[in-house]
Amino acid sequence: MAPEPAPDLEPPLLTMSGITKSFPGVRALDGVDLQVQAGEVHCLLGQNGAGKSTLIKVLAGAHQPDTGEITWRGDVVSLKSPIAAMRLGIATIYQELDLVEGLSVAENVFLGHEPTSAGFVVRGKEARSATALILGRLGHPEIDPAHHVGDLSAAQQQIVSMARALSHEVRLIVMDEPSAALDPDEVDNLFRIVGGLTADGVAVVYISHRLEEIRRIGDRVTVLKDGRAVAVGLPARDTPTRDIVAMMTGRNVEYVFPERPDPARAVDRQPVLRVEGLAREGEFAPVDLELRPGEIVGLAGLVGSGRSEILETIYGARKPSAGRVLIDGSPLRPGSVRSAVRAGVGLAPEERKAQGLLMLESVTRNVSVSSLSRFSRSGWLDRRQERAAAQRATRELSLRPDNPDARIRTLSGGNQQKAVLARWLLRGCRVLLLDEPTRGVDVGARAELYAVIRRLADEGLAVLLVSSEVPEVLGLADRVLVLREGSVVHTADARELDEHRVLDLVMEGSPTA
Amino acid sequence: MTQPASPAQQDAPIPTAKSAPAGEGWRRPLGLRADVRNLSLLGVLAVLIAVGGITKPDEFLATSNLQLVLTQASIIGVVTVGMTFVITSGGIDLSVGAIVALASVWATTVATQEYGFAGILFTAVIVGLGCGLVNGLLIAYGGMVPFIATLAMLASARGLALQITDGKTQMVTVNSVLDLGIRDAYILGIPPLVLVFAAVTVIGWLLLNRTTFGRRTVAVGGNAEAARLAGIDVRRQRLYLYLLSGLCCGIAAFMLIVLAGSGQNTNGNLYELDAIAAAIIGGTLLSGGRGTIAGSVLGVLVFTTITNIFALNNLESAVQQIAKGAIIVAAVLVQHRTLRGGDA
Repeated sequence: MAPEPAPDLEPPLLTMSGITKSFPGVRALDGVDLQVQAGEVHCLLGQNGAGKSTLIKVLAGAHQPDTGEITWRGDVVSLKSPIAAMRLGIATIYQELDLVEGLSVAENVFLGHEPTSAGFVVRGKEARSATALILGRLGHPEIDPAHHVGDLSAAQQQIVSMARALSHEVRLIVMDEPSAALDPDEVDNLFRIVGGLTADGVAVVYISHRLEEIRRIGDRVTVLKDGRAVAVGLPARDTPTRDIVAMMTGRNVEYVFPERPDPARAVDRQPVLRVEGLAREGEFAPVDLELRPGEIVGLAGLVGSGRSEILETIYGARKPSAGRVLIDGSPLRPGSVRSAVRAGVGLAPEERKAQGLLMLESVTRNVSVSSLSRFSRSGWLDRRQERAAAQRATRELSLRPDNPDARIRTLSGGNQQKAVLARWLLRGCRVLLLDEPTRGVDVGARAELYAVIRRLADEGLAVLLVSSEVPEVLGLADRVLVLREGSVVHTADARELDEHRVLDLVMEGSPTA
Repeated sequence: MTQPASPAQQDAPIPTAKSAPAGEGWRRPLGLRADVRNLSLLGVLAVLIAVGGITKPDEFLATSNLQLVLTQASIIGVVTVGMTFVITSGGIDLSVGAIVALASVWATTVATQEYGFAGILFTAVIVGLGCGLVNGLLIAYGGMVPFIATLAMLASARGLALQITDGKTQMVTVNSVLDLGIRDAYILGIPPLVLVFAAVTVIGWLLLNRTTFGRRTVAVGGNAEAARLAGIDVRRQRLYLYLLSGLCCGIAAFMLIVLAGSGQNTNGNLYELDAIAAAIIGGTLLSGGRGTIAGSVLGVLVFTTITNIFALNNLESAVQQIAKGAIIVAAVLVQHRTLRGGDA
């Protein structure tokens, strides 16, 4: 179903066709097509998890596709490694900058292909003057090539990344959300640079969540959804926003969300969690929030909108610069996880493996870790009781396999998440903070996880949910707070919102517009 | 023969195991793999004993020689038990040898010896705990990297030990202390120092495998961020662990005083390396999150036995060092292989 290339165009610089890539439990790319012409700005759109980053990693040679063909300037090529891609003239600027902070600007720009004499003596002066030349071309002659990269601002580091891409003979540059860390002025400069590159015949693959940017500099748009390209090469300037959003959100997989209880039910209960003017400088503006037993409240917003930061600050993992968090009317000690846990708050963190789990340990030990004192007398563990209690908690969530001695790392993502939930269930917590609870969980297991979360709420837990997947927030939560760039821009009953409205709220109006 | 019990050999059999899908998670590998490693180390030890018995049948297997080997193993063994906890938590303690030296000289000054047996024991333990406290505070609350903090302690504790002794050997004059080292004090043929080592081992094993303290240690070493977010006081746990290591050094220093009949600023030289090596070949992960006291003790016994066999056969210590190095490399390679099997 890949559309034919428009006949009036010259042969494309790059054609990717039928690219598939699977990771354990996830099909990240499911037959993606992409065509890029020389000298165009080709925008890549899609929600989180649509496959954008996997696709650009394939293009950068960092991932090998399972199937599919890549044609570069008329020849079929295989991008076996990042170096192979670079040799062809494909450069990638990642969202997380990959600079070595301890090295100078010039050393970073020429990292891996330093100008040398006799094969090993680095000719620093040559590298510095070449770097100065590139930086001048990028409109940033003020960056000193001998300066340490660690001392530069985020925007300047981005320029250095770009200089590194340009230090190669480059024909295609992939930019992954390059404007995310930039001020409006710097965005203008970025667009000027992109304009200059395309005038020289270099193609740019541009990824951004901000539609108005795509309108300004994009030539064509490819939309990804659930690992497939749902639209290839649409005109960037005059495809209606409504159509683009519809293509991003229309789903093949219908999520099954559990029934919502009568909204009136929770209202007469006393709130268990109250957040009053909680703020962290540079991350999010003061937030007020009330959470009642039996209620699920969702925070919707893009990466960088402050949603995870709010959750972690409520939990005490980050120290607020203002405001306070109260459980049953008594304030928690700011910045103290232990105070929150004692008061009955639990967190299922965003990075499950890095922040949530003890990967070398069994299910039991992962579940019991927050309740150890319950199974001990003067420090002495009753392991039989511990194991039995952990098993009760995991059975209640139908965690599979039903073996408390199984190693946590052998479990699927969904069951690992259940182990984290069981930890708080066992602890008897009353407020559950869920950060991206279905990340890395395959589609089939999600519905089950949704049902578990709703049931916990029905049993009287108060749940605060963060997700980058708008349908998840809308489908699961009773009330939704929409965040944009660290501020709550809208609060509503989840029934009164739809996906388009939320996406409009989080994408369209950026403070620059 | 009873295997040193492993953490997962526990509780009732699991009736569900049969109906479950056959997979990685079903082999109860937590304990099994530790057992395999301990078994292979036991094998190495058996081979060493055979070699010793064949090359020097009369001398190696003589009761007095076995008593000597075990006594030598005891002092470094106590230090290794403490080190195993620290490494399991993802830390390292480079200062153990220097703390042993400092504690041994502080406890044998003329002034201390006036207080007799109790004075010597008390001083050794307090000095060890004090050094551990400084290490722990610097690391847990000062945010210092364990490697650096304990390296600084290594340098300053050795320096202080030299300052106190002025490089002279301080002879012990308290008879009740010296009496512990002589043959008459042996209980059923077992030297008291070996009994101390056995007690420390048993307590260490219980602490690591049967208490909340041990569980928290493993959690901090396995994933400190996850432990913190699970509500564990990671900093306090770290402080306790370096205190524990310091305590073990204090006990070892007292044992050394008994054995040598003196205190010296050169005591405990390179103990840190021997203790780390013994823990690592025993199966404790240098990156933290997994530790085995039984493995560490076997590691200590393997190294001590090698030293003994080489000495009996009049081989140079150079050869002995090379053999030690080879064993470390081989053990870590085996460890990697078993671990990678689990990652698949």
